Order: sequence, then structure tokens, then C-alpha cells
Amino acid sequence: MRRRLFVNSIIAVSMLLPGFAVAQEKPELTVYTYESFVSEWGPGPKIKEAFEKVCACTVNFVGVADGVALLNRLKLEGAGSKADVVVGLDTNLVAEAKQTGLFDVSGVDASAAKVPGGYEDDVFVPYDYGHFAIVYDTQTLKSPPTSLKELVEGDPAQKIAIQDPRTSTPGLGLLLWVKSVYGDQAPEAWAKLRKRILTVTPGWSESYGLFTKGEVPMVLSYTTSPAYHMVAEKSDRYQAAAFSEGHYIQIEVRPSQKRAAQGSRKAVSRIHPHLRFSGYHSRKQLDDAGCGNLRPPAGGLFQARRAAEDFPDAAGRGREKPQGMDRRMADGHEHELKKRRVHA
Amino acid sequence: MMLRRDYRRSIIFGTAAFAAVFLFMALAVFALLSFDAGASASGISDPYTLRILRFTVYQATLSTLLSIILGLPVALALSRQREFPGRIWIIRLMAVPMGLPVIVGAFGIITIWGRQGVLNTLLVFAGAEEPFSIYGLSGILIAHVFFNLPLSVRLLLAGLERIPGEYWRMAASLGMGPISVFRFVEWPAVSRLVPGIAGLIFMLCATSFTLVLLLGGGPAATTLEVAIYQALRFDFDPQRAIALSVLQIVLTAALLGLLACLPSPEAEIASLGRPVRRFDAGRAAARLWDGLIIVSAVLLIGLPLVAIVFSGVQADLPRLITAPVFLRAAATSLGIAAFSAIFVIIVSMAIIRARQAVSAKRRAARPLHLLSSVLGAGSSLVLLVPPVVLGSGWFLLLRPFGDVAVYAPVLVALINMLMALPLAMRVLEPAVTSHFLRTGRLSASLGLQGLPRLRFADLPVLWRPLAMAFSFAMALSLGDLGAVALFGSENFVTLPWLVYSNMGSYRTNDAAGYAFLLGVVCLVLAATGMSRHSQPERVKAAEAMT
Repeated sequence: MRRRLFVNSIIAVSMLLPGFAVAQEKPELTVYTYESFVSEWGPGPKIKEAFEKVCACTVNFVGVADGVALLNRLKLEGAGSKADVVVGLDTNLVAEAKQTGLFDVSGVDASAAKVPGGYEDDVFVPYDYGHFAIVYDTQTLKSPPTSLKELVEGDPAQKIAIQDPRTSTPGLGLLLWVKSVYGDQAPEAWAKLRKRILTVTPGWSESYGLFTKGEVPMVLSYTTSPAYHMVAEKSDRYQAAAFSEGHYIQIEVRPSQKRAAQGSRKAVSRIHPHLRFSGYHSRKQLDDAGCGNLRPPAGGLFQARRAAEDFPDAAGRGREKPQGMDRRMADGHEHELKKRRVHA
Repeated sequence: MMLRRDYRRSIIFGTAAFAAVFLFMALAVFALLSFDAGASASGISDPYTLRILRFTVYQATLSTLLSIILGLPVALALSRQREFPGRIWIIRLMAVPMGLPVIVGAFGIITIWGRQGVLNTLLVFAGAEEPFSIYGLSGILIAHVFFNLPLSVRLLLAGLERIPGEYWRMAASLGMGPISVFRFVEWPAVSRLVPGIAGLIFMLCATSFTLVLLLGGGPAATTLEVAIYQALRFDFDPQRAIALSVLQIVLTAALLGLLACLPSPEAEIASLGRPVRRFDAGRAAARLWDGLIIVSAVLLIGLPLVAIVFSGVQADLPRLITAPVFLRAAATSLGIAAFSAIFVIIVSMAIIRARQAVSAKRRAARPLHLLSSVLGAGSSLVLLVPPVVLGSGWFLLLRPFGDVAVYAPVLVALINMLMALPLAMRVLEPAVTSHFLRTGRLSASLGLQGLPRLRFADLPVLWRPLAMAFSFAMALSLGDLGAVALFGSENFVTLPWLVYSNMGSYRTNDAAGYAFLLGVVCLVLAATGMSRHSQPERVKAAEAMT
């Protein structure tokens, strides 16, 4: 296995050298994505197979933990990155990803994708979307909350597990969700909601694990979560609660690297149809419930980090602005930041 | 006593080993610091950092105290009752929590102590109104005791088992009661170890991440490690991450310094190697007390493990075991673990020998004593450099030389080795020190050195602590996820990674199955690391020699 890795890397390195890339008979297309995309049950293997048939190239996946890890990896690698295409950033990360200047114009009309509320961007092509939702256990919770307001003000004995916005994207999503519904009243809402929170876990897996263990009747997850249990376990025990204020949407996007090697560039432009946009099917469920779609704020993660002020802290952290990004944002705005960077 | 050549060589080797470790970390930190990630505007002297700092120290201190105070009676009982049924398996069991990914252990604990756990079900059945809630400080403490009590028991027990047989004979013939035995025999043997063990457990608890968030019940329960992770992962602010790491290291170094000032009786008296017989084991009161203590410890450690087994066997195990991905992950994990365990033993032995060389010399120069302290303290503090910092730093360093994924296995093994170094030092140093005090003079006068010495004098006696250090280091490396996560690649899969990725894709059953398999691997390792007749025949020759 190690030897194969080594051979691959030689090919990949040689592709970076112009001239070599043309001489390469079968170009490689390196796709950076998140881990579950490439796992045997993810869409990765099928897409690879289908695309390799038509592109006369070898598709190479590199799967890291999640979208945030993906962006960090790209930042660490900078312009020398091996990635030709990146799959799996979400709209919360778009603003920050654009700032890296690593991505090329996609040449795809993104507005053709049917995303609730429309979508337009010349770099990031959407390929799926999903809504955050409170998933509940029908066996222990007979009357689930029907709105965010009900969730916040409901019986504190009915607990929920959420994720920490400092370490996970769904956690950040809830923060933004509450912010977009409550606006300036968000800190007060969090103070109320806190009584219902059993615990705040570092990532999605831990809280969803608590939920399926029966430790907690509600969990912050995705509208698509029940679909897995229906399809794979033939069980409709777990359901997503439809909230009347609307659900916060997460759109996953796919940019391509600026400096994709010549040989793979063609391949890049041809992979688009294979990452056809797919709306999650439980979207219908939400549309039936007449839900609106709450969009990420224009500032993406920047905005999100600012919203992190609302997140309560039992020790009374309240509305301080201690964290890196928050603090930078508090000092000034984006251009201010750029200016400083130039001076440095 | 050492020959002059031996002496010089020991010091050079030890210093070189430590320098290599230090360089490995320094390069990573340097690479991260010189990476231009934009201006780092945030300092670390804000009220928020201060608060998590306070909480970090608070929970780690309590966890450490509990792990040691509860561990001492268990170690005493296990050392007294040498014929306790299943004793060897109880001791082996103690190696399992260390090899489990924290999330797996945490779910086991929640099955027992959680809201819907066994304990609460019993309480409700008994008529209690408000079920006991694990979430909060109590949960953090329970989890830390679950993971660290076994460690303190094993290390204390090893200390107690080094007490020469003559002592027990003497104590019995003097008619000493249990209190006198504790005061004059047992306590002097363990009290020297307590500062080291406390320091180790403190560091493990201070850098705890998942457990603190998961069982802490809210964002207020946050350690510095969470802030470091956030700084590097979300804010991508290497400067801040490193400033926080430095803060963590300085703080813990100060605490360890305080611990090192505790008075510790030094004298290690030569033994004739008489077999140990505990004359005080037979008293009815002792048997009852020891039995009670051992059984409670087994329940505390064992019940969450039973829960893990219970959910593990519900998975489709034959399918999981035969899956190519499992075999690949198992091979990778074992390879990395073995590599890091071998390395950690080489490095820690080199450092220990150098420290001994300094203390064996009667009039060693001041700088040498300083060197010895630096080696000792430095090799424990490596635990505090977060793997995510090391990983990112080396990622940057290696990137110009091709695909980082190629180096990933070696890097992960090296990072795991660093994490295991303090542990291996705690296991090996007391044993090696007392061994060389006992045999050094004689070996030197017999001119026994090099390989023959290793074969006839050292290995027979040191075999046990070496095997223990090896199996601990392997277990630690097997259960570690931290370093792997950064170098994602479809070709690089480890067992904990498999557990997490299944858990992250709704495949709870498969994850539980893999967790169970990982636990089995750890138990097998512990069993091979501590065989029933772990003193080979040659031990008798060595004992006759002394």
C-alpha cells in the first residue's frame, strides 16, 4: 500500500511540471473532499467509476475529516496544492475560501441549480443542499416542537444534544439559525434554551450517538437523518421536526483549483455532469410543511463567528468578544484586515 | 557504578535522544509560526482564556487526586492478595481503557451512569425521584477516573512489587499490623512514585478534549486544548494556537516543579531476591477489605467495558472482521503502534540511562545535574504539545517534498511515540533505577558489559517493566485518533478512524463492532505484555548472582 502511494505521488508531482503533464498518457484528477464522500458507502467510488469511463483519466480522492478541515488543508498547502477539484465546502465557508484566491472561475452557470432561494456564484458550483433540523425520537417524544420558539421555550425536562459551534459545523448552523430567527434577542433565546441542553458535544457523531443510544430524545442534525434509518434500517422511529420559522440551509459547493495541471484541466471541466446537483429528498417534506429557507449571511463564516457571541457559557461569558476571528472582526471589517495583511 | 566509557556514552546517547525529540517538536512549531496566515490580532490574556485556564487546572487537579486516592487502596489490595481469583486478568483489564478511543469509553460510561443508564434505572426502580445526572463536573471526573485509575493502579502496583521479599518477612516477624506495614513498608515504596504518576495523570486530564466537552454538559466546561483546536482549525491562527500551547506547557511545568519538590525518601536497599510472600494476606479482615476494594474497582472499570462488549457483539462481527478495510486498518494500526512502542522504549531507555549516569557519579558537575533535570522534565512535558500542532507543523515542513500522505504513517507513529514517552518513562525509570542500584556495582566489578550484561543481568529483571511499557505504548497509540485525522487519504486508515468514520455515517452498529474489536486487540496486547510466568528462568541466575 505504501508503495502504491509513493508511485502516485511521483505521478502527481510530475504533473505539476508543465510539459510532463502533456506527456502523461492518463492524466490524474485529484479531488479533495470529506471523508464520508469517499468511503465505500459514500458516492465517491461510484462517481469515480462512472467518470473514469468517459474522461480517460484516473480519479484520485483525498478525503479529510470535514469541510472545515478541507479548507484548512487547502490553506496549508497554498498554491502548491495537488487538488484539481474540491468537493464539499459549504456556503458558510465560501467567503473565507474565496479569500484564499486559490480557486478558478468554474464556467458553469450555477444559477441553473435549483436551490431554494436561488444560488449564484461564478466559482463555487452547488451540488447538493440540506437543512439543519431537530431530529427526535418518536418513542419518547410524542409532541415534538413545531417551531424554534417552541424548542426554546419548551419543557426543560425534555433534553436536546447539540454540537459545539467552536468545533463543528452543525453547531455553527444552529447558532446562525437562532440568530436569523431571533436577531438581537438571540442571547436571551440561548439563555432559555440552555436549560434544555443536555450536553454540547465536540462533533456531530458524539451527539447523534447519544441520541441513538436513547440518552436524549432530540438532537441537532439534518432533515435527511431520518432517511437513513428509513432506508437502511426500515424504521421510521426517528423524525425531523419541521419548524414554522424555516430551516437553516447548508449548500455544499465544488470549486476547482486555479492551477490545475493542463492535462487534468479538461477532465475538470467534464466532471460537472457527474456531480449533478441533487436536492435531498426530504426537502419535499419540508416544502409540504410550508417551510421557508433561511440563508447563510453574506459574510459566511466571518459572520458566523460574530454570531458566536450569543452562545451562552455557564460561567457567564455572555457577549464578550474574545475569540480570534471575533476579535478581528470587532476591530474592523474585511478590508481593514486585508490592509493589515499588506502592511505585514 | 559505571565504567567511565559507559558513563560518557550514556550521557551522549540520552542527550542525543532528547535533542531529537526536542528538534522534532521545535521544527513543527517553527514551521507553523513562520506560516503566513494573516495577522494574528488576538492575544491570550483575555478573561475568556483565563477562565478556561482556571477550569482546565481545576478539573485536572480533582481528577488526578481522585485517580490516585482511589488507586492506592486498589494497588495495595492487589499487591497483598497475590492469590486473588483472576488477579492476573484484573491487572490485564486495566490496560484496556487506555487503548480505547475516548468516545467509545465515554459511551460505555454513559450506558452505566447516564440519564437512561443502568444506575439511574436502578435508582428510579428504588423509588428515587430525580435521576442522577452525569453531565457536568461529576461526569468529567467519573470519565477521567475510568481512564486514569487503571494507570495509577498499574504504576503503583509495579512499585509495590519491587519491595524485596525480606521486607515482608521482617514485617511479619516483627508482628506489624496493617497500619505499621503501610507506614514503614508500603508508603515509602509508593510515595516516591506518587509525584510522577500525579504529574502524568494531571497532564492527561488537562489535555482532555472530547470527554470534557461531551460530559461537561455545556460550553463552560472547556479546556485549553479545545481553544487550541479551535484556534488552529476554525480560526486558522497558528500564532494563537502556539501561544496557548506555550501557556499550557508553562503552567504544567510550574505544577510539576512543585510536585518535584515534595520530599521523597531515596534509599533503595539491595535485596537478596528472596521470593515475595505476603504473610499478612490471610487475615480475615484484610481479605474482606481487599476483596471489597478489588471488586469495586473491577465494577468501576469493568461495567462500562461490559457495555461496550454488549453493544459490540450485536454488530455483524464476522462481516466486519473479514472486510478488507478492517484488515487494512488493523495492519496499519498495529504497525504504527509497534513502531512507536519500539521507538519509545529506545528513547526512554537512553534518557533514563543518561539520568542515572549523572546521579551515579558522586561529584557530578552542576551543569550535568541541570541536564538531568531537563531530560526528566522535558520528556514528560512533551505530552502537552497538542498533536494537532505537531501534525500541522510537519505537514508544512514535508509538503515541498511531495505527497504528505506518503509520510503520514511515519509521522503519526512519531507523534504517538511522543505522547507515549512520559508514560514509558514512568513505567521504566523506577524499575531501571532500582535494578542498576542493585546490580550495577557487581556487574562493573565482574567486567560484565555490553550484550552479555544485557542478556544475563538486565533483560531477566527488566523484561517485565519493558513489556509493560511496550504494551502501554502500543495501547495508547492504537486508541489515538488525533494525529491521523489531519493526513486524510483513502489509503491511510486506522482502527479508531474506522470507528469514527462509521459513527459519523449513521453506522452506529458497525462502529460499536469495531470499537469492541479494538478493545479485544488491546486486551490481547496486555495479555502478551504480561504473561503469567513473566519472569523467565534466567531471573534465577541473575538473582543468584546478586
